[in-house]
Parts: sequence; structure tokens; C-alpha cells
Amino acid sequence: MAMTTTAPARRYSNSTYRTIRRVRTFGLYVGVAAVLVYMLFPYYWAIVSSTKSGQALYQFSLLPSPDFSNYWQLFHNPVFMGALVNSGLVAFASTMISLVIGILAAYALGRLHFSPGRIILIAVLMISIFPQVVVLSGMFEVIGWLGLYNRPSALIVSYLILTLPFTTWILTSFIRDLPTELEEAALIDGCSRLRVLTHVLLPLMGPAIASTGLLSFILAWNEFLFALTFILTDENRTVPVAIGLLTGSSRYEYPFGQIMAASVTVTLPLLVLVLIFQRKIVAGLTSGAVKG
Amino acid sequence: MSAAERMQRQQNRTAWLFLLPLIIALFGVAIWPLARSIFFSFTDAFLDAPANYGFVGIDNFIAVAEDPVFWRAVKNTLFFTVISVGLETLLGLAIALLLHRAFVGRGIVRAAILVPWAMPMVVSTRIWEWMLNDQFGLVNELLVTLGLVEKGIAWTAEPSLILYTVIFIDVWVTTPFMVLLILAGLQLIPEEIYEAAEVSGVPHWKRFWSITLPLATPAIGVAMLFRTLDALRMFDLSYVLAANNENTMTMSIYARDQLISFQDLGLGSAASTWVFMIIGLIAIVIVGALRLDRTTG
Repeated sequence: MAMTTTAPARRYSNSTYRTIRRVRTFGLYVGVAAVLVYMLFPYYWAIVSSTKSGQALYQFSLLPSPDFSNYWQLFHNPVFMGALVNSGLVAFASTMISLVIGILAAYALGRLHFSPGRIILIAVLMISIFPQVVVLSGMFEVIGWLGLYNRPSALIVSYLILTLPFTTWILTSFIRDLPTELEEAALIDGCSRLRVLTHVLLPLMGPAIASTGLLSFILAWNEFLFALTFILTDENRTVPVAIGLLTGSSRYEYPFGQIMAASVTVTLPLLVLVLIFQRKIVAGLTSGAVKG
Repeated sequence: MSAAERMQRQQNRTAWLFLLPLIIALFGVAIWPLARSIFFSFTDAFLDAPANYGFVGIDNFIAVAEDPVFWRAVKNTLFFTVISVGLETLLGLAIALLLHRAFVGRGIVRAAILVPWAMPMVVSTRIWEWMLNDQFGLVNELLVTLGLVEKGIAWTAEPSLILYTVIFIDVWVTTPFMVLLILAGLQLIPEEIYEAAEVSGVPHWKRFWSITLPLATPAIGVAMLFRTLDALRMFDLSYVLAANNENTMTMSIYARDQLISFQDLGLGSAASTWVFMIIGLIAIVIVGALRLDRTTG
């Protein structure tokens, strides 16, 4: 049912078989279209709504209108623009730190014959399934000691609990899949392990690093709980929190046009990156999980 | 000492050196904070002066266990997890089977279904909140136009509906993840098995039940485990949609409330330690049931 095209049962005549096949193909495309509408329509509707303001927002036309006042207001809103910058910086910095630490660790875990490696890998996996709330009070204290409370850098530190186990785990499985011959040759020639990693493996790992980095960036960019807790003032917030806390002056004056414009803006860069790197992302997502 | 032993020792040293940054970082952001959270759960500390505490034994754990709001949150979380992971698995399997077949533009479709997954949860919540708005939402407009209801339904305000709304949004957000993992599992099934089954005249439904499903089970199991653990710690969706509405409050929201909103470091830590123990127990049960240690080697 799943992968093979169906064989004609012998009792059917050729034309009946053709009809059956047509119906099947038609059904397949209808199904695919339904899936696409289900997955994509809400985002499309956010785009449509973001181009409407005032009364137009409450009329149901399926096409966007050329009214960009919501975006204009958003881009002149210093709090939102600041939040965009904060989100970008925080997500970029924690991704970079996680990649460097993760690559070093992945080499040790994936390549060196090292018996405690398996225990460490399991510990890393267990940390990645921690409910974040359980480290909240301890993390609060660590952030206080470091003097980072209410600073975006508090998030760079705390996001390592999300991004680091993830990069380590996925890069380890990527390194294991690479052929060993080149490294062995380099080692026999007397290269140090670090040099093997930076000069032989790293160039081969480009695609893996790009996709792992992108996934880790998305994790950090989308995080909400720590960003809500460790940041007090508007100018230091990240975008998800800014959108999460965006409310109108009263319950009945909910700025949905604005919220939709902000939602589209925040998601667009991610979508572009995801669509460009989709093959790599799928490989990254599934390598850790399915191959184990 | 033989050369081989010397080499192994040198390799061990290198390995520890390469792992040092990881160990230090994870100690700083995970293990130490976890230990401190557990430590604080035995104290009466408050968030404004955490250094000023006395030990109270297990009083905080008892106080949390006696709070009906906490059990409400536990119930909500478990209900949310079971229903949404169940629906995501079924829907994910159905979509994966569909996308596993060959058709024009398959690559683009697979990329496109990543969209809900890549969005921040907050954004997805906001978009659905708008679409499900009781007066101006598209969904209600559609239902009224089709004559299915007379006036808009308050999906996000009606106490009996709001948890189902949360589940609905979560299913939309996380089904793509399920689809990808299950698709990867399906791709590992060798084509020859199907060809053999076809030649022997095994009917479609039987091929699905006795080939596809059993062989895809490890992938589905792993995907369900990940999703379950993720759903059990859910925070942002409920928080953005309904803040601390008791009808949708999750365990994480309850614990954070005690900790941050009420500034009660001791009680909040005890609540989060409860959460940790509950999730840990569930994880152990599931891993045992799936015998993950065997299937993933």
C-alpha cells in the first residue's frame, strides 16, 4: 500500500485497470492538496490578515490587500525592532558556542575508542529531555551569580541546556557516518587529533554543521520560558516573548493585525532558511532519532 | 606497558580533553541548577533573598501535593499529552504513508510541511487564536456560513472547550515532526519485502498490517517517546493562550507560577521537583515498554 505501485489483479481488463489507476492517482493528489492546505493555510491567513487594518480586518476576503500600515508601525516600534536584534544575537551566540563545544565532544564520542563515552552520551540525551522548569530555580541563581539577570546574555548561557545536548547528539551521529580512511592516513603522518579534526573532518562536516546549526538556531530563536523568566524589561526581550505579551489597550481592542504582521516577520527568515536547507534538516532531525 | 596500552591511555586523555568544555558547560547549565532546584525544595527560601533560608524537610512537597490546583495541572497535562500525542501519531502516520508514495513535487511538499514546525509556538498560538476568535475568526465565519452553527463558538474562552483548542493547536504544530520521523522509518523498509508480498498476492490491508506497521514501529515508538516527553513539559502554548487559566494550566505553568509569580523559591522548587519525578517515572515506563535499549542498540 505504501510504496509500490499496485499490480493489476488479473481479473481486471486493461481499461478497468486504467480507471482504477486514475482514481488512485486522483485520490493521491487530493490527499496531498488537503495536507498542504491544512499545513500552510494558517500561515497564509496570517499574511492576509497582516495586510489589513481597521474594519478591513474583519471582512473575509482571501486575498491580501496592499495595506502595509501594520508593518510600517511594527518597523517603527523600537521595542519590536530591539526584540528582533536580541533574538538574533542570542540565538546566534548560543548556536555558535554549542557548535564549537559540540564538534569537539562529537569527535571524542564518535571517533575515539573511549569507554565512558556511552554513559556521557546517555547523560547528554537525558539532559535534553529535562523539563526546563525543573532547572528554573537553580538557573535563576546561576544567572544571578554571573550578574546577567535581565540581560540578553543570560539567555545565551541558559539556552545551552537546549542547544548543547542537541548539537552534540546529532554531530556525533554524523561523525560516525563519515569514512575513517582520511583521518587514519593523517594520524599515521603524525597529525595531532585536534589538527585531524580541524583540517580533515571539519571540511567534510560543512553540510552537517550547517543543518545542525540551523536547527539549534531555530530552537533558541523560538524559546519562550527562559526568555519570559530571566528578562524583566521590554527593551531586553526576545521576539516570542514580545509577541506573547503583546496586548491591546483593552480586551476588546486586540491588535490582531499588528500581531499577525509581527508573526509573519518573525517566521519569514526561518521559513526561507528551512526551505533552502530542507533536505539537510530532515537528515539532521531523523539521524539522531531513527538511526539511534 | 605495551604500545597498545600507551595508545589507549593517550586516546583516553585526548577524549577527556575534547569533552571537557561539554562537561563544564552542561554542569553549569543543567546538573548544578538541577541540584540547586532540588536543594531549594527542602527550604523556605524566597526568590528575593535566596541566601536567607531554613530547612523545612518535606513540607513543601506535602504543600504541593495538598494543592488541588497542582493536581488539576497534572490532570490537564496528562490529558493533553495522551490525546495530542495519540492524534499526532495517527495523523502523522496517515500523512507519512501518503507522502511516501511517488508523485510530482514530492520534495516541495515535504519541505512545505515543515512550516508549522519551524514557527515559534507563540506565533502558531497567536495565529490560531486569531482564526478561532469568537466574533471575527475565520473558523467561526466558515461554520456560520455553512449553517453548522448559529453564532460563533468561543473556542478560546469556553472552559469546556479551551483544553481541546490547545490540543488542536498542538497537533497542528507538531504533526510535521511526527511525519518526518515516520517517513524516515518507512524509507528504511526494503522494497523487496513488498514485491515479494505482491507476487504472493497478499492484499493491501494485510501488507500494511503485517509489513509496514511492524517494521515502522521502532521509528513510530521513538517519535512518540520524544513527543510525549515534549508534551509533558509544555508551557508556551497554554501560557500564551490562557496564562494561568486553571482549565489549561500545565505542570510547568503551575511550577513557574509558584516560583516567579509568588516568589516562593522553596514551594516552586518542590513543585518543579514533583514535575521532574512525574516525567521521569513516565519516561522510565515508556522506555521499558518500548524496550528502546534493544531497538536503538
